[in-house]
Amino acid sequence: MSVLQALDIGLAFLIVAVAAWTIFARGAFAATVGYVVYGLLLSLVWIRLFAVDVALTEAAIGSGVTGILLIGAAARLRGGETAGDEKSLSGAARLLTAGLCILVALALAGVVLLLPDQGPSLAPQSMQNLAETGLGNPVTAVLIAYRSFDTMLEKVVLVLAVVGVWSLAADRYWGGAPGEARAERPEPTLAFLAQVLAPIGILVGVHIFWVGADEPGGAFQGGAILAAMWMIVMMARLTEAPQTNAFWLRLTLVAGPVVFLTAGVAGAIFAGGFFAYPPGFAKPIILFIETFMVLSIAVTLPMLVAGPPRREPRQ
Amino acid sequence: MSLVLDLFGIVAIGAGVFFFLAGTVGLLRFPDALSRLHALTKADNLGLGLVVLGLLPRGDSLLAALKLVAVWALVQLAGATAAQLVGRAVRRKGSAA
Repeated sequence: MSVLQALDIGLAFLIVAVAAWTIFARGAFAATVGYVVYGLLLSLVWIRLFAVDVALTEAAIGSGVTGILLIGAAARLRGGETAGDEKSLSGAARLLTAGLCILVALALAGVVLLLPDQGPSLAPQSMQNLAETGLGNPVTAVLIAYRSFDTMLEKVVLVLAVVGVWSLAADRYWGGAPGEARAERPEPTLAFLAQVLAPIGILVGVHIFWVGADEPGGAFQGGAILAAMWMIVMMARLTEAPQTNAFWLRLTLVAGPVVFLTAGVAGAIFAGGFFAYPPGFAKPIILFIETFMVLSIAVTLPMLVAGPPRREPRQ
Repeated sequence: MSLVLDLFGIVAIGAGVFFFLAGTVGLLRFPDALSRLHALTKADNLGLGLVVLGLLPRGDSLLAALKLVAVWALVQLAGATAAQLVGRAVRRKGSAA
């Protein structure tokens, strides 16, 4: 057994252990920390599987943004957790739950073991047609060219999520700003981090988006990094979230899906198919769509984290 | 020349791993939050620094080497900030348990 194999097996055991720890952890905060660690370890697994794009997304979205959302939820629920919660389940219900879980786990394990050694794959076709998209990264080609409709709908889901969060606002706060107000004297440590990190992070985010055409990276990962920078600046209270009735904010939120959909409809008219790109123009169109997607993602994720409006709108 | 670089890499990365190990042992064994924090920041700082130092000659290009240094610098920034924030939270709470 080579060193790398030993490391892989060790990584697999570590992940199962962290997953178990997350499930058995008592408090919501501890479980969230476990979940974030689990996501970061999982991104290492994706790197070992040579899927760097997935690893970036897992670290940025699965671990990073979801982690922040869960920590926010845990902080809000603090104090509401009661030790007696578990007693409300009767023994029979617990046995039934455990039985069903074991059944699902066994079924999944069976399916994994029954997989053919050489699974069906579209990878050869994907590589064959890569040149026509003008891209060098097959993952980006899958996302924005081969299955662009799915990707567009994913962005619509994100916008719907923001609408869902905003709709939790009390009536008098509707249209107001979410999150904390800007502080006159922000916490110095966090403010220092935000001031030093944000310019670097913006550069890295734009870089990751730009190289996504040919190397691992892309709109989602780059947008997530940009979003994180805005979150840090807001958390340091150097700036505050915009009012949710701001026109520019709403426009940026929907810009990505709208441009994407427009390009799709234009394809139906000019290129002979819904979401078809005219030959020779594929790459410029893809970059154009992705630019607006990055903007939308960079605004959507911080708005999800900022939560529902909590202040009355200023006129 | 390459033997010298290899040896340098092994020594530096080995030393880095030692600091990570020591930091982890400290994190698990030290009695209170502030000393655990102290152990942890040494692993971030020296451990990662030495690993990066050992990897520098193995970079494909100057750019790759600079990226490694940038990773180390960013971890420094994040680690130092997190340590400050945790330390402050511990102090505010009053107990260092």
